[in-house]
Amino acid sequence: MTLKYLEEYRDAGLAKKYAEHIARITTRPWKIMEACGGQTHSIIKFGIDRLLPKSIELVHGPGCPVCVTPMSTIDAAIELVIRYRVILCTFGDMLRVPGSSQDLQTAKAQGGDVRMVYSPLDALKVAKAHPEKEVVFFAVGFETTAPANAMAAFQARQLGLENFSMLVSQVLVPPALEALLESSTSELDGFLAPGHVCAITGFQAYESIVGKYGIPIVVTGFEPGDILQGIDMCVQMLERGDARVENQYTRVVRREGNHEAQKMLETVFEITPKAWRGLGTLAASGLRLNSAFRAMDAEFRFGLNPESSEERTGCRSGLILQGALKPDACPEFGKTCHPDHPLGATMVSTEGACAAYYRYRYLTEKKL
Amino acid sequence: MGGWPRAKSLEDRMCLSIPAKILSITGEDPLLRTAKVDFGGVVKEMSLAYVPEARIGNYVLTHVGFAISMIDEKEAEFVFEFLKNTEEAL
Repeated sequence: MTLKYLEEYRDAGLAKKYAEHIARITTRPWKIMEACGGQTHSIIKFGIDRLLPKSIELVHGPGCPVCVTPMSTIDAAIELVIRYRVILCTFGDMLRVPGSSQDLQTAKAQGGDVRMVYSPLDALKVAKAHPEKEVVFFAVGFETTAPANAMAAFQARQLGLENFSMLVSQVLVPPALEALLESSTSELDGFLAPGHVCAITGFQAYESIVGKYGIPIVVTGFEPGDILQGIDMCVQMLERGDARVENQYTRVVRREGNHEAQKMLETVFEITPKAWRGLGTLAASGLRLNSAFRAMDAEFRFGLNPESSEERTGCRSGLILQGALKPDACPEFGKTCHPDHPLGATMVSTEGACAAYYRYRYLTEKKL
Repeated sequence: MGGWPRAKSLEDRMCLSIPAKILSITGEDPLLRTAKVDFGGVVKEMSLAYVPEARIGNYVLTHVGFAISMIDEKEAEFVFEFLKNTEEAL
């Protein structure tokens, strides 16, 4: 079985050519952040960081929606399951993210009705099949997932599904990137923007970041060939003192993004200040259901008031998500913290940097 | 190098977006149009609400049950062409 438009970009020979080219053109140390957890996953899985010259450091960014969902929102989801006895539909990744006292998987084991769905539209099917129950969809995600989540709300209204609501934790990439660039500790030279986010939003927002901070940004895909080309394009700009938005992922991303998806986002959501796990509350960095859809907001419907709660476990995921600490430099990594006993979200999600280091580095290299 | 893990078609990761080929299309209403798509042998149903231009035989990028972008077959070679062009320019 082969997957067209995927496997050809995993060619080891192609990767080697790019790595050699990057080594040839690099004259100085550069620090480049990849925004997205999917890119981090590829980088660690395929060892891309180790193909690069030592002078290029890849810094892992906050782009894992599962990881940045606040602990208080996980607690709210658990409260819906245990106290309000709703059927909670969620992407599988969220099941093991620690709340302040437990996770959704534990709530499920205690008799809570928690169901994994592949698509937000599957949650609508559950709501249709159980008109006697309240059904809540846990709508997490970045801009990539937002149109799918928005469609669930839109269709629920079309279908008159009054027992359906959504617990929304929707985050936006550009405000988080700006917050990182504003921080005094940031020494980032370049940035790989998340290709799948840009497939929806386009990349105009990144052009204004380039204008403001003078940092080159390359819209980049997720396969090894894509990421290496993205780094190559970024290093070329850095070496010639240029700062623009360039698009590596032309087979998927158009500058203006996906118009139909943007229209649906405007119909259903509005921009809101948002708490990020590990980063704090950032202005205009999230989406919530707008007034036309407010009745479908589970926080509103059930009178939930998720209060911010801090990590109490010694987890340093805040530093990890800001790129300030590498997972394997954390004193808890592989000792008190591992996927069977995660201290924080970055060890749970497959997009989390800690989980990627554990799975592809710690486990395999410990055996050597 | 070499021996890199091969692609798994459908992993249970919400963040994953995978290219797939459209085999058939059902429905007229643009918001309710769906397709059967093929991931190298695994067939799934996807909403086409966000790719109104999609036709049978096209490749689309899929994510949590939705096609979110057309894959531009002409641009698919960019990763391979870029390095050639760069090297020639040096």
